[in-house]
Amino acid sequence: MTFDYLVQQLINGISIGSIYALIALGYTMVYGIIKLINFAHGDVFFVGAYTGYFAAKAGLGLILSLILAMVVCGILGVLIERLAYKPLRNAARIVILITAIGVSFLLENLGIITLGAQAQGFPEIVTKSTYTLWGDVTIDSIQIIVLAVTVILMAVLQFVVHRTKIGKAMRAVSFDMEAARLMGINVDSTISATFAIGSALAGAAGVVFAVMYPSVDPLMGIIPGLKAFVAAVLGGIGIIPGALVGGLLLGVVETGVQSIPGMSLWRDGVAFGILILILIFKPTGLFGKNVREKV
Amino acid sequence: MNKRFFLGIAISLVFYGVVQALISGEILNDFYVDTLVMLGINIILAVSLNLINGFTGQFSIGHAGFMSIGAYVSAIMTTNLGYSFPLALICGCLAAAVAGLIIGFPTLRLKGDYLAIATLGFGEIIRIVWLNNDYVGGAAGLNGIERVTNWSWVFFLVLITVIVIQNIVKSTHGRAMISVRENEIAAEAMGINVTRYKVIAFVVGAFFAGMAGAISAHYFYGIAPGSYNFMKSFEILVFVVLGGLGSTLGVVVGTVLLTLLFTFLQDIPEWRMIIYSLILILTMIFRPKGLLGNVDVMKLFKKRGGATKNGGTTTTP
Amino acid sequence: MMGKKFIAVTAALTVTTALVGCGSKATTSSSNSDTIKIGTNLELTGAVAAFGQSQLNGINLAVEEINKAGGVNGKKIEIVSADNASKKEESTRTATKLITEDKVDVLMGAAISGDTFAAVEVANNKKIPMLTPSATNDDITFDSKKNKLNDYVFRACFIDSFQGKVMADFSAGNLKAKNAVIYIDNSSDYSKGLAKSFKSEFESKGGKIVASESYQTKDTDFKAVLTRIKTLNPDVIWVPGYYEEVGKIVKQAREMGITAAIEGGDGWDAPQLVEIAGKDNLNNTFISNHYTAEDPDPKVKKFIDAFKAKYNTVPDAMAVLGYDATFMVADAVKRAGSTDKEKVKEALANTKDFEGVTGKIALDKNHDPVKAAVVLEYKDGKQTFNTKVQP
Repeated sequence: MTFDYLVQQLINGISIGSIYALIALGYTMVYGIIKLINFAHGDVFFVGAYTGYFAAKAGLGLILSLILAMVVCGILGVLIERLAYKPLRNAARIVILITAIGVSFLLENLGIITLGAQAQGFPEIVTKSTYTLWGDVTIDSIQIIVLAVTVILMAVLQFVVHRTKIGKAMRAVSFDMEAARLMGINVDSTISATFAIGSALAGAAGVVFAVMYPSVDPLMGIIPGLKAFVAAVLGGIGIIPGALVGGLLLGVVETGVQSIPGMSLWRDGVAFGILILILIFKPTGLFGKNVREKV
Repeated sequence: MNKRFFLGIAISLVFYGVVQALISGEILNDFYVDTLVMLGINIILAVSLNLINGFTGQFSIGHAGFMSIGAYVSAIMTTNLGYSFPLALICGCLAAAVAGLIIGFPTLRLKGDYLAIATLGFGEIIRIVWLNNDYVGGAAGLNGIERVTNWSWVFFLVLITVIVIQNIVKSTHGRAMISVRENEIAAEAMGINVTRYKVIAFVVGAFFAGMAGAISAHYFYGIAPGSYNFMKSFEILVFVVLGGLGSTLGVVVGTVLLTLLFTFLQDIPEWRMIIYSLILILTMIFRPKGLLGNVDVMKLFKKRGGATKNGGTTTTP
Repeated sequence: MMGKKFIAVTAALTVTTALVGCGSKATTSSSNSDTIKIGTNLELTGAVAAFGQSQLNGINLAVEEINKAGGVNGKKIEIVSADNASKKEESTRTATKLITEDKVDVLMGAAISGDTFAAVEVANNKKIPMLTPSATNDDITFDSKKNKLNDYVFRACFIDSFQGKVMADFSAGNLKAKNAVIYIDNSSDYSKGLAKSFKSEFESKGGKIVASESYQTKDTDFKAVLTRIKTLNPDVIWVPGYYEEVGKIVKQAREMGITAAIEGGDGWDAPQLVEIAGKDNLNNTFISNHYTAEDPDPKVKKFIDAFKAKYNTVPDAMAVLGYDATFMVADAVKRAGSTDKEKVKEALANTKDFEGVTGKIALDKNHDPVKAAVVLEYKDGKQTFNTKVQP
């Protein structure tokens, strides 16, 4: 095992991790504000990928496809929130979780009915160029783009949440919904805005994912959705930089396990094992603050 | 044990007798027997998960993992090693219970969503272990398992499950579990060993999930790791929440309705999952406490019982 | 308190049974109607819905053609389609329902081996002939553990061991490969079966397997393992998977500079493969298949054109196997002269010289097809015929 080999695997890990991080950002935003594990997030992601697919087939480029997917998914996210989650604002969290599972099944199966269950190839809208760093170590343009997009979006999100008025409202709602309402914050529109942003991020992730791994199908969101969720929990769910760190960590761990001969099957097992260990020793994730129980 | 308890058992037995007669008289064909068996398996799964999620308030979504342990251990014993089914069934249940113990302990520190994701992770790890083990057939799983269970087995095992779980719930242990659910800190302050009750809930829940797995393996001819992924855990969770968390009756009704719904929608496969998911969403929106969550069955009965017998019959066994 | 719950639970169960009982009466149908009923137990929803749906398309096209040509023995074929949701226990129930409720004459399905296993015993117990178009696991027709033939179970596809052997011979012979890497889909029975037979045949020809790696269905990133495979520098990479993952493997392998030959089985055969992998990346890849869509044979061409016209897509392996299997059933019913289960079973077992799109099929004593395989090479995104291998 040479140094080059290790560096190459690290690059592979970071590239897959940045995709997880990108999906995890939306997860974490939604969780942060209404404490909902939005299992439909992975399916909004698939809608984004298909929007990109049709946009690309219609001849739009990467940027336009991306924007279109973000708009469509943002609207979809708000719709889901208004129709399915809003009536349950005061219900037990497990009830909203089941509703989210229901929404997830609904989107997947509507997708199967309208688009068919077969995977379709995604048109090539980005010409990929591979750069050799040194020796055998290579990196390609899409890997760079994905990492850049993820870091930029994370920075933007961090800015929105901590430096803008709507961000302040989000933090207030997240801290105490009732008090925020009493302070004159429009809780409903704040939550809708959160869903719009979170879902738009899922849409963007869908397109980027489909560009990187060029196929789309209605069930494509399940596994990345689960992985992104794990990444979000690893980093501390609800914390934006945590999503990035969790995603990259998960990506690197997965790649690391697979780079050992004969271990490729244990990838997910090791990933879940690390997740459980981190949860046991730091129950709120790597970046999570320990919330003191109110007595 | 009171009169009503025995009356309940008597009625159950009559029900059993009627169905058995219908089967013997070939009025109920094999498809309906299969459906009844499926119902029974799902009821065992849902009622046992309800002990963990509904009564003790621990958010677990790894039930499919426990189920797979029961299925695999029992199937290995009967198919690969040649032991009899009853012994295999017991070993399957015990193995699942041990897994419940192993998973219960370390995850006690976790609460709510964090516990949920940890149990989901454990469930997936169990599945991956089966998947990567060629002794149990890897991805193909174990096939050619003899069908040794039948409707009678399933009926009596469902009966046992419901009796045991109801007994626990109605006992002082059950009240302790409910207090853990309602307010852990208050429970602890009242001298309840919170850790102990959480672990008991996990162990007992896992035991019966293993039982469901063993029955299923010995009725449906084969098992494969793919049948026990997190989607299966969701499915069981949906039975529980739709029926009504913390209500055994509600959970049974929810399970029966959803299983039948899924069965009757078989002829329109393209709409099957869409109708299923719409019903799920709408039920949650309009009945967020589950189908029977609002009807407080216990109070309903208490009033009637109290009027006639002055409440004297409500002592718990 | 307990007793009350019991009464309620029992009441619920009674209502259920009543419901079930009513359903039972409502749906009984006559079996001696003037149609031939074929029940399809397929994966129309759930994890492998793509396979089941594609197969059903092939079956429906075949039925349409048969009925247009006047049916079989003067009777039209009627498909009773049922969904097993890609679950084993559902597959058992679906098969039972098709037999006891819908009174079908012949069962078809399931698409994958796991779900087919779950229906095998039902067909045996109920003595209904069952033909699976695409379940390749060797044990489905002949249970090697019990050393017993499943009398009523037949298949229309190669068994796992055949394709692996064909490609191992091709690699060692035509490509003169010495070192091979095996990269399989560990969550697929089919993939593992092909890998096993490839390994034993390739090693017996003096080749060396330098690494065995696995992925899982729905994986998308294969770079970690491919990076390692690259350092091993093999002559051949054996990837017996399905097109969705294989397409990405080929693409990622080529992009990181792996130039070795990559080989697979009929799971690759889908028009989407070229879109996913990219046509240049597919150069120097080889697959074994039942037939080639580029075959000038009029039978093949007619099928492809009809399929394209009806579904607006090129058929994949699942569709073509569903199509051929339906004609096999029709052929057997015709030779049996009736829909009598025993006669149809005998006729299916005696299938000889059946001319399908996937070639000439005869069933051997284990109810497995003996048919030639073709080795195809991808050139600029097109399958080109390389060699034909007789069993």
